[in-house]
Amino acid sequence: MFLTAFTLFNAVSFLGTFEVTEVQFEKFLADKWIKSEFIAEEGKNKIVGKWNSHFELSAALLTVIEASHDYHRTIIKSLEEAGASKEKIENEWGKVLWIKDTKKHGQYAYPLIRNSAIGFVAENKGTLFWLTFGLGILGGLIFLLPAIQTDGPAGIKNDAIFQNQATNKGWIAWLVFGYLVTFYIVLYFMPDFAVNQILLVDNVSLYLSANPASEWFLYGFMYCVFMTVMGIRMLIKYRHNKYQIIRTISVLFFQIAFAFLIPEILVRFKLPWYDFKNAWPLDYDFFFDWNFKALKDAGSIGLFMLVWGIVLTLVVVPVMVYFFGKRWYCSWVCGCGGLAETVGDPYRQHSDKSMNAWKFERIIIYTVFVFAIFMTIGALTRSEYFLGMRAEDIRFWYGFAIGSIFSGVIGTGFYPIFGNRVWCRFGCPLAAYMGIVQRFKSKFRITTNGGQCISCGNCSTYCEQGIDVRAYAQKGQNIIRSSCVGCGICSAVCPRGVLKLENGPEEKRISDDNPIVIGNDGVKLKDMR
Amino acid sequence: MTHIAIIGNGISGVTAARHIRKNSDYQITLISAETDYFFSRTALMYVYMGHMKFEHTQPYEPWFWKKNRIDLRKGYVEKIDYSDKNLKFSDGSCLKYDQLILATGSTPNKFGWKGQDLDGVGGLFSKQDLVRMEEFTQNITRGVIVGGGLIGVEMAEMLLSRNIPVTFLVRENQFWGNVLPKQESDLIARHMKEHHVDLRLSSELNEIIDDGTGRVKAIKTKSGDIIECGWVGLTAGVSPNIKFLKDTELETNRGILVGKDLQTNIPGVYAIGDCAEFKNPVLGRRSIEQVWYTGRIMGETVAQTITGNLCEYTPGNWFNSAKFFDIEYQTYGWVLPKLSKGHKDFYWEHEKGKMCMHFVFEEKSRKFIGINTFGIRLRHNVFDGWLNELASIEMVLEHLKDANFDPEFYTQYELEIVAKFNSENGTTIQPKKKSWKRILKFIS
Repeated sequence: MFLTAFTLFNAVSFLGTFEVTEVQFEKFLADKWIKSEFIAEEGKNKIVGKWNSHFELSAALLTVIEASHDYHRTIIKSLEEAGASKEKIENEWGKVLWIKDTKKHGQYAYPLIRNSAIGFVAENKGTLFWLTFGLGILGGLIFLLPAIQTDGPAGIKNDAIFQNQATNKGWIAWLVFGYLVTFYIVLYFMPDFAVNQILLVDNVSLYLSANPASEWFLYGFMYCVFMTVMGIRMLIKYRHNKYQIIRTISVLFFQIAFAFLIPEILVRFKLPWYDFKNAWPLDYDFFFDWNFKALKDAGSIGLFMLVWGIVLTLVVVPVMVYFFGKRWYCSWVCGCGGLAETVGDPYRQHSDKSMNAWKFERIIIYTVFVFAIFMTIGALTRSEYFLGMRAEDIRFWYGFAIGSIFSGVIGTGFYPIFGNRVWCRFGCPLAAYMGIVQRFKSKFRITTNGGQCISCGNCSTYCEQGIDVRAYAQKGQNIIRSSCVGCGICSAVCPRGVLKLENGPEEKRISDDNPIVIGNDGVKLKDMR
Repeated sequence: MTHIAIIGNGISGVTAARHIRKNSDYQITLISAETDYFFSRTALMYVYMGHMKFEHTQPYEPWFWKKNRIDLRKGYVEKIDYSDKNLKFSDGSCLKYDQLILATGSTPNKFGWKGQDLDGVGGLFSKQDLVRMEEFTQNITRGVIVGGGLIGVEMAEMLLSRNIPVTFLVRENQFWGNVLPKQESDLIARHMKEHHVDLRLSSELNEIIDDGTGRVKAIKTKSGDIIECGWVGLTAGVSPNIKFLKDTELETNRGILVGKDLQTNIPGVYAIGDCAEFKNPVLGRRSIEQVWYTGRIMGETVAQTITGNLCEYTPGNWFNSAKFFDIEYQTYGWVLPKLSKGHKDFYWEHEKGKMCMHFVFEEKSRKFIGINTFGIRLRHNVFDGWLNELASIEMVLEHLKDANFDPEFYTQYELEIVAKFNSENGTTIQPKKKSWKRILKFIS
């Protein structure tokens, strides 16, 4: 049932038809400030009309836009050769569209196609919503729920994980990997190709925010749906473990309420879309001009959002990390963490535990953190140039390389191969910031229970952050690592009750580097001079 | 340069090697015929069950050995020339040593059953045992496990993870009866049945039946029952792996005989871990200790002696742990299957029958002796501290919350436990709130 719904969800790409009317096309030109008579003329001939596929329409439009480049450049060249007035040349330059490859689909093709959808998908979007999402959710639950009975008594359920094609990098894992990566590339760089899918959730969007659905609404909606279904799987799998139950409910709540419903409802009241839990520098564009402007325009509520955003980063985050460790955010509140802990849970065993991976992790994550700081200083000081680069370029490259590729395409797309916390471990600047606090000034630790460790390696295997937990546990040392997100799975899978996540006094939080583990009185008495 | 040769790369040998390196510049050679690298034997079951890959059971990455200048040598030592200090390998090569540590581990017990060497019959101790089990449990309809101890339960869990039905023969009338009191045995037996293990107490293996091709077809019990099966797991304990050392000038009994300093009768030759047998065991402990952490302690101890700081094997308070399917077990101090004279016990069990705590104390002096805990984790440092300061049972119960080691948000049962104790003993103990100050006192 899930597979049918999933197939239909993808098949709608080929079911929609589109009609660009002359009026629509003129409105498109006006909205996009397109002054090129070439595009206007060519468009009327080649774009206006009926289309059976958005792929063709998109290609045709982008071909016209790209051709307009050469057209106007040739005119400019001849004008310059003819010695035309500066004014005239500048006027012609104004007709040239500066387009970036990563943005052309989203900027030009998407809005035109989004508004020109007619035919099967547009007319049946309600029915199709139930046939895709409705059926998919139902199918997923029918697949997952029986585990309560069939899995036997509650307990650790990791049987066959390394013998399964889906969870041991087999062909299913590679298929999922390919699909996720494609999905993110379409979402970020070619939203025009997802128009039919966006239409499926149009009614939901209209209901919540009174606005038509965008690609971001589709993403947010799917995010919540996948997290909820896989969250239920998590609740079943760890039904014997209250820490996991409460934590899973918490991430689901914060995702659905704070990252999805509240921002959409704010939009309904003509207020800025704002996620109250998203803290800078994860929320990297918080200090950008356009956001300031949006918040300013929203009056006193906007001012509150601005102050809250600053207080969240500077006060709430470090104080909470001091008391509870960064887990309060990473595995209780955060949306990225929430996805990792639910949808990503079947892949947590793939994080690399080697010493080299740890070195690489520290270099990359702090580089991103510094990058985020520089970019933000550039934005705050409103400098045109910052450290020899155009501040706008820095922002573009951060958004492209970190915001889209790292956190999305790699961060989630690579789940089945590199594990579920690639972004959180190697990329997230907020995690880097909290990690520093957690390592040096926090009450949080994973306590090792004396000499009970038998070095079996379950803890390290299932650590999604790639921490070699066993390396500490077998020496009787507490685990104090900046990268630990406190998911609690190491403690859950330990067969000997060795690990406990807890907040306690800073005194003796970090264990002595005593090489002799508890239980050996002989060496302690005679040698530990 | 002094050359230390260590035969066996299990937890004992590896710990010895690591600590000799920490304290000296000696040349160290770690010899094994089993695997290239040290792995955690206790995790073999998880490889079979698909929880881990074999490399996950290796606590150190391959570069670790080079960095710490511990030479690894794969080979089987056939003969030791003690006077010449020379090891002879099965491939004909030799290795000279100055001091020798024997850490050869164990081998599964076989009691001369008919058919015990057939294909499809095996124990679970070495990597090779695991490979054999993997090979012979493909497409079988039942496994029979003989011997009611820890490895037996592990093997039952392994087979069931592959949906292979299990019959479990236990000679005694209770499960793990030489270690657990009746109540705990019953609790585990119930849990095994919940997992559909066909547990047969007071049932002994008579013979293993050949299918005519050298493979097991069925087993016959002493009472005459015939059980068809494709696999027979022999898990009736393990014995020191010292066959190749027998009948030489090295003194052996069941294991290699050693003094408290872990030295054998031959100067410069030591034995540690499962293969060592103490001539005078530490009070209350067995002469052969086949436990993960005692192997580690022996490794730490012998390393001290070899690097010039003469040390005796002096383990502290007894502790141990295990997991039976979904139920974890920890023990601190001594809780014996039968109460010793002058001792009293107190048993609490949760209404659902999956958790319990069993306390033992001296009736007159009230001194706390030990605890078994099932389904509730306890803090090692705190119980170790109480045992060291000879705390009373009342003191332990009053501060029981300090020792709770369950994950956050778990339901706590201290009030229920203490109330039951009070009603049975006419006491009025009030459990105190958890205090970090008291806990930290016990952490060095």
